Amino acid sequence: MTDLTNMTMAQALKSLDNKDFTSVEITQAHIDAMAQAKDLNCFITETPELALEQAAASDARRAAGNAGALDGIPIAMKDLFCTKGVRTTAASGILENFIPQYESTVSQNLLNAGTVSLGKANLDQFAMGSSNTTSKFGNVISPWKKQNGSNADLVPGGSSGGSAAAVSARIAMAATGTDTGGSIRQPAAFCGLAGIKPTYGRCSRWGVVAFASSLDQAGAFARNVEDSALLLKSMCGFDPKDSTSADITVPDFAAALTQDIKGKKIGIPKEYRIDGVPDEIVKLWDNGIDMLKDAGAEIIDVSLPHTKYALPTYYVIAPAEASSNLARYDGVRYGTRVEGDNLDKTYENTRAAGFGDEVIRRIMIGTYALSSGYYDAYYIKAQKVRRLISNDFKSVFEKCDALLTPTAPSAAFAIGENEDDPVKMYLNDVFTIPASLAGLPGMSVPAGLDSDGLPLGLQIIGRPWDEEMVLRVGQTIETAANFTAQPQLATDKAA
Amino acid sequence: MSITKKDVAKVANLARIKMDDAKLEALLPQLTNIIGFVEQLSEVDTDNVEPLASVVDLNARLREDEVTDGGYPKEILANAPEELEGYFVVPKVVE
Amino acid sequence: MSALIKGETGEWEIVIGMEIHAQVTAQSKLFSGSAADFGAEQNTQVSFVDAAMPGMLPVLNKVCVEQAVKTGLGLNAVINKTSIFARKNYFYADLPQGYQISQFEDPIVGLGKIEIDLPDGTTKDIGITRLHLEQDAGKSIHDQHPTKSFVDLNRSGCALMEIVSEPDIRGPEEAAAYINKIRMILRYLETCDGNMDEGSMRADVNISVRHPGDELGTRAEIKNVNSVKAIGQAIDFEVARQIELIEGGGDVVQETRLWDPVKMETRSMRSKEEAHDYRYFPDPDLLPLVLEDGLIEKIKATLPELPDEKKHRFMKDYGLSLYDSSVLIAEKSRAEYFENVINDNDPKLSANWVINELLGILNKESKALEDSPISAEQLGGLIALITDDTISGKIAKEVFAEMYTSGKDAAVIVDEKGLKQVTDTGAIDAIIDKVIEANPDNVEKYKGGKDKLFGFFVGQVMKETGGKANPKIVNDLLKKKLS
Ligand SMILES: [Mg+2]
Ligand SMILES: [Zn+2]
Repeated sequence: MTDLTNMTMAQALKSLDNKDFTSVEITQAHIDAMAQAKDLNCFITETPELALEQAAASDARRAAGNAGALDGIPIAMKDLFCTKGVRTTAASGILENFIPQYESTVSQNLLNAGTVSLGKANLDQFAMGSSNTTSKFGNVISPWKKQNGSNADLVPGGSSGGSAAAVSARIAMAATGTDTGGSIRQPAAFCGLAGIKPTYGRCSRWGVVAFASSLDQAGAFARNVEDSALLLKSMCGFDPKDSTSADITVPDFAAALTQDIKGKKIGIPKEYRIDGVPDEIVKLWDNGIDMLKDAGAEIIDVSLPHTKYALPTYYVIAPAEASSNLARYDGVRYGTRVEGDNLDKTYENTRAAGFGDEVIRRIMIGTYALSSGYYDAYYIKAQKVRRLISNDFKSVFEKCDALLTPTAPSAAFAIGENEDDPVKMYLNDVFTIPASLAGLPGMSVPAGLDSDGLPLGLQIIGRPWDEEMVLRVGQTIETAANFTAQPQLATDKAA
Repeated sequence: MSITKKDVAKVANLARIKMDDAKLEALLPQLTNIIGFVEQLSEVDTDNVEPLASVVDLNARLREDEVTDGGYPKEILANAPEELEGYFVVPKVVE
Repeated sequence: MSALIKGETGEWEIVIGMEIHAQVTAQSKLFSGSAADFGAEQNTQVSFVDAAMPGMLPVLNKVCVEQAVKTGLGLNAVINKTSIFARKNYFYADLPQGYQISQFEDPIVGLGKIEIDLPDGTTKDIGITRLHLEQDAGKSIHDQHPTKSFVDLNRSGCALMEIVSEPDIRGPEEAAAYINKIRMILRYLETCDGNMDEGSMRADVNISVRHPGDELGTRAEIKNVNSVKAIGQAIDFEVARQIELIEGGGDVVQETRLWDPVKMETRSMRSKEEAHDYRYFPDPDLLPLVLEDGLIEKIKATLPELPDEKKHRFMKDYGLSLYDSSVLIAEKSRAEYFENVINDNDPKLSANWVINELLGILNKESKALEDSPISAEQLGGLIALITDDTISGKIAKEVFAEMYTSGKDAAVIVDEKGLKQVTDTGAIDAIIDKVIEANPDNVEKYKGGKDKLFGFFVGQVMKETGGKANPKIVNDLLKKKLS
């Protein structure tokens, strides 16, 4: 019998249609995998009973001939999406016991498509982090290990670390994520997955716990590009409840994958060749360029002159928005409350106790950047630079159809590394943040392993609303790189 | 612009986060570091550049004026830390 | 009519600017689909958006935008085709988001101007600085429990227009005239019901004093003044406080003060104010509000005649005084009633009847014009009977009183009670002869030069006719007979 936890969604959907197995069977297989891999701490809230219920309902739908696009597929839901009746924490103490009475648009779209939810995946607290070490509910541990004898636990990347680890460890067939500055692409790279963040406005933000409103965008993790296209398609769509949601038809992303990239112009931004990036990553990038050339693409050297300023721009804008977005966590209407002598003291106690260190740091930076006397120097300045960064992309996309860059400046690192200095940690997102600031679609595909046997990813950035091109280029790399490596946990299990 | 401990205390107050002296001391170098990092932005010539608040190239979409929501006080109060007779309850506010 | 105040160091001028918060008349809230009615059970008109649950997002209400544009046009103001919603960040129990969505640098309405009517019969222009749209907060109740406050979010998210005036107001009378005129304009436009008791109109008053000709003094912002009367009282108190403070060698501090209607004083909210730094920034959940092409023109075409236009027309076309015009235009329905009364009648006579008789009795009985038992057409009918000499003005008052209680038409009452004026000179002649015959002494005295007795004869004749004789004919005939 096929390993029910080690197939693609596309395969599983076919098999479900062929009645090779039921959704209850694959769901149970994933629930078992989830139980075995508890050490990875992929989930904050596991919902096996709910999953089995949903799976049974899915089987009934399929039997009745009205299965949805992803009917019966067990997935993990990042615990930033509010789910009706199921605790939603954003990995924060302040929402430790919060049970939403509503369903986010994206998770509802997936319910409508028939997916089965295994649980709420762990993440960096309020999606702030690049290592999934800021969760109130403990670190997520990558299923990958270095093959140099070190047994150190590695980070899965962040903020969508639980989602990435779960898909990589074959606990979930696919998973939702959100990406504000790289929170899908970087963990996808660290865990050897395809991860796509669509154009800002493609997925509704309604019901997604907000981090930085002008940047937050939901997206998909899967084990290959086709699956990521399938999942994304079911997540997207116009939502009148989100003023920034685009009223644009969602193309059949997977269908775009049947076309090649012959004659397409791929830009290679020279500013992404930054000092200190390991040779292995530079080499991986060059390999990627060759793969695209071999596939008939035209490679163009391009310049994005303000790339260097993307990270500092982001670390003004994102914390500024976050400082305001997180003001609602005051212990009055929901969430944890730590009582004080008066209302102000109650706010102060509640927020000091409820928020983790990284969240507090960012609220502090953001509050400072917006405060009187600093607003122009920091916030307005950052917005101006943001326009320059966006303009850089605009002019480059007049000449090319997509850009190819590394996803992250390193492979996964050990838990505890990079913790001493927040700025060092922020550098993880140096390649992903520029596209976030410009609202562009971006994806990471696994393109090889480093000398320690850890996955490395390449990033494809596309024009606004041209996820199809991003996916096609991604699949070209995927095919050429023929990435078949699996994390030790998965191979151990198979052995 | 270098940030002082007093600034940190003021910001913590604005953000309503309780912070004792030790915490202020610990945060000061971290925030100094981050602010130093973002200050690179001052190198960029942004004369005649309009701030970019949103990448969405659209204008506000308007909703029809219809009552389509509300009317579920139980759900609104379901997660309240303290509730009485349909009200949220907080420590007394003295004006 | 700047009300100058005499102090120890000379005369003081009062300088006032007002911020009026007016709840927009709309079915639903500014950014959510929950109902915006007043007086519902606590927390029943609250959506997840209004309660600022995690992940909730605002979507702008079209009618609220149109109402703001309409109001801006009514304030003779510039309408900004592009405006921006910004977040005003602060913590308060009834502010669920931890910020208020408002407009800061780019409001929907810019500079404008209105005319206020002063009690001495003059008018004055007051500049409007801006009007912007913003969310209302919820309501905290502090007096129900010794150690707790209760929060009701029904009002949270309702649309407000904040109308900011220039510091052109020079005293309590002008302040009252200003708020009355704003209220009148809003009610004419039907963009706010102007109900101050229900809090759908609230005012913050910025007050400073200076010696005439000096630079503006430091102002204090007085909050919580929720009636026209309270505004006057708060100004009086605050002006006295500031003058005393300055003349005693002190300085006015720029601060927010709270009006206490029980103690009749303003008091500092400085402790709260000190830490305020609102950190305004454009709300990233909302895109710029760009008014559709033609929207302003479309709304302009629907504007009713505004109070000041109406007032000027009444003065010009009907020859009414400023005072009468101002009274008649105070409510749109009142002006409409008046114009229905006129029909073919004399406007001045009609104005007198509406103001002195009808509004007089309605006021006395605390009734609204809408509840008047006499319709405009009926009152017009009564006035027509006076004009065509069917009845005298004096009889008309009787008829009016009867109309008010019975609701019958004037003509019916005149008929039923036989109140029709006697204009038959023969009949009147006969009565005059009778009166002269019965009062030979007085005829003698009158002819002997006691002119005052003429009135006695008129009275006697009128008495004989039950007041129905046409007074002019009586006069003419009596003069002839007695000469
Ligand atoms: Mg104000
Ligand atoms: Zn206001």
